[in-house]
Amino acid sequence: MEQHYQISRHCRIDTQGVYVNGEQISAAISSDFATFSKAFYYSLETTYPKFFKMDNLSKLAWLGAELLLKEEKTKNIGIVLSNRHSSLDTDLKHLNTIADKEQYYPSPAIFVYTLPNVCMGEIAIRHNLQTENIFFVSAQFDSQLAVNYCNYLLNSSRVEKVLCGWVDYMEGNYKLVLYLVEKTGIVAHNLNVVRQLTQ
Amino acid sequence: MKKVYLGPYNCVSPIGNNLADTWNSLVSGKSGIKLTDFAELHGDVYAAIVEEEQLDQHLNKLLQDTQLPSDAAFSKLEKLMIAALVPLVKAVVITQETELIVSTTKGNIAQCAGGANDIVAASLPVLAQKIADFFGFKRPPIIISNACVSGLQAISTAKRLIQMDYCKDAIIVAGDLVSEFVVSGFKSFQALSNTVCKPYDEFRQGLNLGEAAAAIHVTGQKLTDQEFFIAGEASINDANHISGPSRTGEGLRLSIASALAEAKLEPKSVDFICAHGTATIYNDEMEAVAIHHSGLATKPINSLKGYFGHTLGTAGLIESIISLECLRNNVLLPSLGYQKQGTSLPLAVVTELLEQPQPLIRCLKTASGFAGTNTAVLFERELR
Repeated sequence: MEQHYQISRHCRIDTQGVYVNGEQISAAISSDFATFSKAFYYSLETTYPKFFKMDNLSKLAWLGAELLLKEEKTKNIGIVLSNRHSSLDTDLKHLNTIADKEQYYPSPAIFVYTLPNVCMGEIAIRHNLQTENIFFVSAQFDSQLAVNYCNYLLNSSRVEKVLCGWVDYMEGNYKLVLYLVEKTGIVAHNLNVVRQLTQ
Repeated sequence: MKKVYLGPYNCVSPIGNNLADTWNSLVSGKSGIKLTDFAELHGDVYAAIVEEEQLDQHLNKLLQDTQLPSDAAFSKLEKLMIAALVPLVKAVVITQETELIVSTTKGNIAQCAGGANDIVAASLPVLAQKIADFFGFKRPPIIISNACVSGLQAISTAKRLIQMDYCKDAIIVAGDLVSEFVVSGFKSFQALSNTVCKPYDEFRQGLNLGEAAAAIHVTGQKLTDQEFFIAGEASINDANHISGPSRTGEGLRLSIASALAEAKLEPKSVDFICAHGTATIYNDEMEAVAIHHSGLATKPINSLKGYFGHTLGTAGLIESIISLECLRNNVLLPSLGYQKQGTSLPLAVVTELLEQPQPLIRCLKTASGFAGTNTAVLFERELR
C-alpha cells in the first residue's frame, strides 16, 4: 500500500455556485435547484435528453461528473460515491403518490430513483464506465474511508482512476464535491486534502 | 493480499428465527412466500413476511440471556437486525478494530408517515448508529446502499477494508422490509409475480418481495472454527440502463471474471453457483447470458428467491450464508419453482436436494440490481 496517488481534477456544486479546481466557473445562478440545474445544463452545450427525466440527485451527480469527465479519454474509472440523505428526497415524492388510497398513482418514473446509487448508474451510463462502483451513506463525508477505498481500487489495479466524492440532495438543499484520483495530478490524494475539498 | 475468513453467521427469516431453523426449513423444501394483506390495493401479492409477534417473542428471549438492554423501542427492521446480530455478538469480541457494516436499500422507510419527522425516521445513518450503539461498537458504522447487490457487496467491502488494514474485522448486518413503499413501486414496474416466483422457469412472470435480516463476521485472523474464506470478488457496473438489466450481461460477466482472476482460478474450479435469480424475465435472461459467457453453463446453479422472495439489501448476504451452509453440509439446494428452461441459453438449474459424494469446495455467489450494479464473490472452504 505504498503507492501514492494524486487528485487530477475536482469540482464543487452548491448553492454558492460551481467551482472547478477551486475556481468559480459559474456564480450562483439561482439557489433554486430546478432553475439552476436547467440553466447550467444548457451552459454545458451538450445534448442528453435523458437529463430531464432524472431526479434532482441524479441531475446533480450528472452535472458534476460532466465537469470532471467530459474530456476524459480512459473508460477505466471506478466510482465511489456517498451521501447523507440516500434517495430520501425522491422517496418522499414516491410516498406522496401512495399516501391517499383514493388517489393512488405510484409511478415507475419516480420509483426507479428511490435508490441512492441510481445517480451513480446515470454517470456510468453517460460515460460508459463498466467498472467497480460502490455507494456509501454516512452523516458526513467519511474521508478516511474514501481515501482508503480509492487507494485499494488503484493499488489492486482494478481501475486506472477513481471518481470519488459526495452528492447529496434533500428538499432544495444540495451539495456535490467530486474529485478524480489517479497517478498524476494537481494535488496529493491524502486525508488532509480530501477533508479540505469536501468540507 | 491477506486472506479473509468468514464466520460465524446467522439469519432471521420467515422460515426460521435463526440459521439452524432456516436451514432446516430449506432442506425440507419450505418456502416463506405467502399471499399477503396488500390485496386491497394491489390484488394478489405474494411475499415472504416475518410475523412480528413471533419476532418480538424470539427477540425478548434472545435478549434475556444477554447484558443488552431489553426495554428500548425498536422498529421491525431494527428488531430483525438485532435478532440476527445477538448470537454473533455473543461469539465475537467487539474491539476498537471491529467495523460494523450495515447493508440496506430502504432502511426504516416504512416508518415515514408523511410528516416532519420523516427525515429522521428514514435516515440510514440514524438507523446504523442506533444498531452500533446498542451493541457497543466503538467505530462509526459504514452503510452500503448499492441496490440489490448491497448485501453481497458488504462482504467484499469488509474483505477489502481488512486487506487495506482499515480494520481488523467486521460484523455485517443486512436488513430490509416488505413495505407499502416497495410493493407499490415494484407493482408499478409490473415486476411482481401474482404467483410464487419461478426463477429461470419458462413460466416465470416476476419476483416476490421478501423480508429478512442476516449477519456475518468477517476477519483477517483465522480462528479455529472458521473454514471459509473469500477467494475473489468484484463489483462491476453494466453502464447500460438504470432499471433494465443489460442484455449482454457484460457487467456480471466482468465481475465474475475479475473474481476468478483474483482467486487465480479457472471457471472449472467452481462447484456451484448461487445466482440472483429474481424470476423477472429480463434479470434471469441476463444472468443466463453472463453465465454462459463466463464458461459456467454446466455448473449446478440455484436461486434462493423461491424460499425467501427478493429480500433486497439482505438478499446477497442471506443467500451467501445459506450457500456457506451448502458447502459445509455438501448439499445443493433445489431452485424452488423451476420446472423447465425459460432462458434462451440453458442453465444446469438444481431441481432436487442433492447430497454430494465429493466435498463441495467453491461457491460463486452473484447479485445484480437497479442502476446496473453487479457483484460476484467466490467463497472457498478449507478442507481439514
